[in-house]
Amino acid sequence: MSQTTPRLYGCLAEFENPGDLVAAARRAREAGYRKLEAYTPFPIEELNHALGYHRSWVPYLVLAGGIVGALAGFGLCWWASTIAYPMNIGGRPMNSWPSFIPVTFECTVLLASLSAVVGMFALNGLPMPHHPVFNAERFALASRDRYFLCIESEDPKFDGKTTREFLRALRPSEVSDVEL
Amino acid sequence: MSVAPPPRYVPPRPPVIAPGHTPATVTDKISAVVLQRTPRWWYAAFAGAGLLLMMFLYAVTLLFAKGTGIWGVNIPVGWGFAIVNFVWWIGIGHAGTLISAILLLLRQQWRTSINRFAEAMTLFAVACAGLFPILHLGRPWLFYWLLPHPNAMTLWPNFRSPLIWDVFAVSTYATVSLMFWYVGLVPDLATLRDRAQSRIAKIAYGIPALGWRGSARHWHNYEVAYGLLAALATPLVVSVHTVVSFDFAIGVIPGWHTTIFPPYFVAGAIFSGFAMVVTLAIPLRAAFGLHDFITERHLQNMAKIMLVTGMIVVYGYAMELFIGWYSANKYERFVFMNRLVGPYKYVWFALIFCNAVTTQFLWSKRIRSNVVWMFALSLVINVGMWLERFVIVVTSLHRDFLPSSWGMYAPTRFDWMTFAGTIGLFLFLMVLFIRFLPMISIFEMRTIVPRAKAKEAA
Repeated sequence: MSQTTPRLYGCLAEFENPGDLVAAARRAREAGYRKLEAYTPFPIEELNHALGYHRSWVPYLVLAGGIVGALAGFGLCWWASTIAYPMNIGGRPMNSWPSFIPVTFECTVLLASLSAVVGMFALNGLPMPHHPVFNAERFALASRDRYFLCIESEDPKFDGKTTREFLRALRPSEVSDVEL
Repeated sequence: MSVAPPPRYVPPRPPVIAPGHTPATVTDKISAVVLQRTPRWWYAAFAGAGLLLMMFLYAVTLLFAKGTGIWGVNIPVGWGFAIVNFVWWIGIGHAGTLISAILLLLRQQWRTSINRFAEAMTLFAVACAGLFPILHLGRPWLFYWLLPHPNAMTLWPNFRSPLIWDVFAVSTYATVSLMFWYVGLVPDLATLRDRAQSRIAKIAYGIPALGWRGSARHWHNYEVAYGLLAALATPLVVSVHTVVSFDFAIGVIPGWHTTIFPPYFVAGAIFSGFAMVVTLAIPLRAAFGLHDFITERHLQNMAKIMLVTGMIVVYGYAMELFIGWYSANKYERFVFMNRLVGPYKYVWFALIFCNAVTTQFLWSKRIRSNVVWMFALSLVINVGMWLERFVIVVTSLHRDFLPSSWGMYAPTRFDWMTFAGTIGLFLFLMVLFIRFLPMISIFEMRTIVPRAKAKEAA
């Protein structure tokens, strides 16, 4: 195999506190970069605004899961009690709906919660055991106390040299290339 | 000329986290508990809990071989220890969900250092609780008949029965609690993956971490999902103990057939659950030196919740007695008089002593901030809540409507072994948990240190 220069995933800048990262993310957006991602040890609300994330799809999935759960739960009780195995219990009507509420409620919560969890991981593309940013030497600190901003090479404005210069101007503690 | 009195000295409230911590120090300190060498006392705790677990396996094996006849249950007291222990354990679990979900929605920062192990406590307590009704079935290997499934007999469960509601409530509760706990763990598992030195540990933590990399986009979805899970778990936890109380309240047994049961059961569950969190938190923080994170503030706040829920429970006791008299129903009156002066009166008085009398000590701030007192009171409350369930189950059943069908209930040694054995199972799981997983949520602790605020330089 011939030795070629490795292709770049992007440029990674490391910051020492969340405020600098948020400021840098905003500056990068203003400079026209769009393929941006920040990596932080804990959720930072200001970053969502700085990076322009507005809406999460999770609530819609949860709503859908809850509706399906409610219909399925009630449907199960109704079908089993009136069609599959009708039984006269204390002279109640076959469709004695108030006694079906507990099971309906539990099924609603169960399916809504399942869609929250499965939906959140699916929207995030997890599980994904490997990702190029893990190639960066100091990236392990993203789960401790360092804050990273990555400009990806897919960005139309990305250019190895100028992007690196741009990130350096944001005064990070370090800038490094992330190899693919 | 009047002189203003000198201002009374008010001691400052203890902080939720000791001063001087940064995201790095909380990460290092909590992950060190898991990644450092195993302390020697851990092996002793593991062995002790393991022995109790062996006793449980022995008692259960014998139960499978011989049947429920080895227990003390018989007609008229058909519910005995199995149901007492079931309700006790599931009640204990409720504090974990309350701390992780309700206090999250109320934005109570102090929940952060206790929610993880309280959630673990929930899971393990629900596991212990779930065993009892299944063991009590007589033919436990047919437990799946409780679940609706197509079968050759074309039978379907009776959805008008509170016992089926219970199956749905408890299994949903166990599933949602497990998901909530796991979702909270994922970012911390990623931290451990990044900090572990050995390859085996990196892989063992890396697989369940699912490749979490702390991306801002991921955190955004994560926060929304976590908040929604909390919002779903809050009514769920209330529904679970309500349904457990329906197991009694839907029946026509005097002493069970009351509308006060759902709120009174939920309050009792929170009461005993917080007592168990205190029972666990005090030795854990001493063993691992976590006084910076689990401060006096946490103990005091939990004491206040115990006091409030304890008073609700005491109100429940009083109202039960009052309604027993006010109903003018002779069977109701008899049941409550029988509790006070009948053959199990000592159990009732012990219950009142544990839950109504000793709880009053929590009014004192000095006691609330005294670790030894708090630990002792939490144990007494746990005993008291167990006695409460004993009184509800046994005294209502042992005097049937006709004196010819009266009887007495006494647990056998296998009842005791099974009960003590589930305490062993609980401790065994807890001991494994504190060794292999971070018992305090690392990423949430990072958010409450002062350095974590995003302040942009102008």
